[in-house]
Amino acid sequence: MRKWKRVDTAAGVRLRAALEPHEVQLLNNLVGSLCEMLDDRESSSPRDELAEITGMKVGHSQAPDDDTMRRLLPDFHRDEPGLDHNSALRSLHEPAIIDAKRQAAHRLLDTLPRGGGKVELTEDDGHAWAAAVNDVRLALGTMLDVGPDGPEQLSEDHPMAGHLEVYHWLTYLQEYLVSSLMEVR
Amino acid sequence: MVLASPTARTSPATHEDQAVETVDQHDSPWVTLVWDDPVNLMSYVTYVFQKLFGYSETHATQLMMQVHTEGKAVVSAGSRESMEADVSKLHAAGLWATLQQDR
Repeated sequence: MRKWKRVDTAAGVRLRAALEPHEVQLLNNLVGSLCEMLDDRESSSPRDELAEITGMKVGHSQAPDDDTMRRLLPDFHRDEPGLDHNSALRSLHEPAIIDAKRQAAHRLLDTLPRGGGKVELTEDDGHAWAAAVNDVRLALGTMLDVGPDGPEQLSEDHPMAGHLEVYHWLTYLQEYLVSSLMEVR
Repeated sequence: MVLASPTARTSPATHEDQAVETVDQHDSPWVTLVWDDPVNLMSYVTYVFQKLFGYSETHATQLMMQVHTEGKAVVSAGSRESMEADVSKLHAAGLWATLQQDR
């Protein structure tokens, strides 16, 4: 994985990079897991007869139990004494937020070069990649308990050492991608 | 819905006055806040502000720096419904956002 190259083509802006086979495999696994977590959250949401008739989805009214999902799907209000709209807002908006995250994740999976090689993304694809990679970093960051000062490194025999390495790699991937998305035409 | 007129306040306290105050309170704008977070990249946060709100790079960078140094920043203001939509979009992008009434 090197820097992304921004190219202007007749069909519009394209972002080009190349990925090693193991990098493709890694992204496929990580983003696949993210999709599963989002699917689990959605499929455990309450069944509602009115929603089934109207086709309007109703989401959970409670925040997720685990820290990772709670970071991916945070509350709408914070420390608002006397205001408890969190439940209502969550059940109203969570389904669309899950959908948006899943669409970005699927777009990344659909544009991965199977077996490794060149990637060529449109700007919209690039936006989806940046968002999906960010969600994976949020999930890993929560599991690794990443704070303002790291951890930068873990000892080799640490059970999460591999995860931290992946986290750093995703950070580079996202940083380069975002900088090419922001490049002035 | 009408705007509360400032002259209404000069009239004696009547039931109508109370109604004006209630409308006033109800109309006060809502804001969307973005909170600092140790995972999100500064470049990505700036990019999201530009992409979602159409802010210039300078303005988006200023807001991002405010989140970074002060722990939070108001990134948009308006009706409660539009702030719910902004918070939803920011959550979809992975930023830690909340809405609250501007007081």
